[in-house]
Amino acid sequence: MILHMKPEPVQVVKGRRDAALRWLVDGIPYLRFLGIEFDRRGDELTAVLPFREDLIGNPALPALHGGATAAFLECASIIELSWATLWEEMESGRIDPTAADMPYPHLPKTIDFAVDYLRPGLPRDAYARARVNRSGRRYASVHVEAWQDNRARPFAQATGHFLMPEDEV
Amino acid sequence: MDDIARRARQFIEALPHARALGMRLEGFGEGRATLAMDYDARFVGDPRTGVIHGGAVSALMDTASGAAVMSHPAAPAATATIDLRIDYMRPATPGQAIRAKAECYHVTRTVAFIRVLATDDDETRPVAAATGAFTFDQGAAPKRGAQ
Repeated sequence: MILHMKPEPVQVVKGRRDAALRWLVDGIPYLRFLGIEFDRRGDELTAVLPFREDLIGNPALPALHGGATAAFLECASIIELSWATLWEEMESGRIDPTAADMPYPHLPKTIDFAVDYLRPGLPRDAYARARVNRSGRRYASVHVEAWQDNRARPFAQATGHFLMPEDEV
Repeated sequence: MDDIARRARQFIEALPHARALGMRLEGFGEGRATLAMDYDARFVGDPRTGVIHGGAVSALMDTASGAAVMSHPAAPAATATIDLRIDYMRPATPGQAIRAKAECYHVTRTVAFIRVLATDDDETRPVAAATGAFTFDQGAAPKRGAQ
């Protein structure tokens, strides 16, 4: 005998995932300060940094501030790591991030972060995608790339190591 | 502060992103620069602890490093970060200002090498440290003094 459980409607699943991502992102004041947003396709995230005048570091060129670029890359890495954990917990049904009493997760802590500036950041929107190369019980290694108009021409990249939170979400 | 340092302060504090983060230039000259940034709830990276986001500390250290390059006697008119490698030693204490002291310890015709240390009120225990390389085009150097 084969038992069929009716799958949840797709909009319910999407709604739950989007709400979980929003809850994770909105909890961090510095992401709001920089105006960073996240696009989600399934479990894949793209960080978006909409251009604003106050992200400029060199008004003569003009170019994005190297510090704003570094911060964007680091934010994308931390959200990617936290999202991977959150996704697993959420999809397995162990937690419901949309529940009102859900405590905010412990975030990974940056141990080190090395940024390569490949070309000047132009005064327009930037995107970043992070890849978790290793995620152990305590340490994680993440690579992240940021681009603007052309995905194949990144303007900055970074590798970072992170201390993972002791207690899961 | 001498005249050059005053002009540097005006220039650096007017950079849009430095202004957004409220950076203040406290020292400038001979390849060294000190920049401070007050605690601000908008810069928090971890809502559970109220600790400032590493990214804001990176931005402060990057700006201090660029300022240190500009303060070098042979400095070009402009510089850009080639790379910045940051170690985070401990969370900055919430409520306290962060200060980044950068030193441009070696320059070639094309590259400036810097190291920078970030501290809060407890200067004996650094919050973060970084080393970096910046562009340094001596061909574009402004003429200072006798050539």
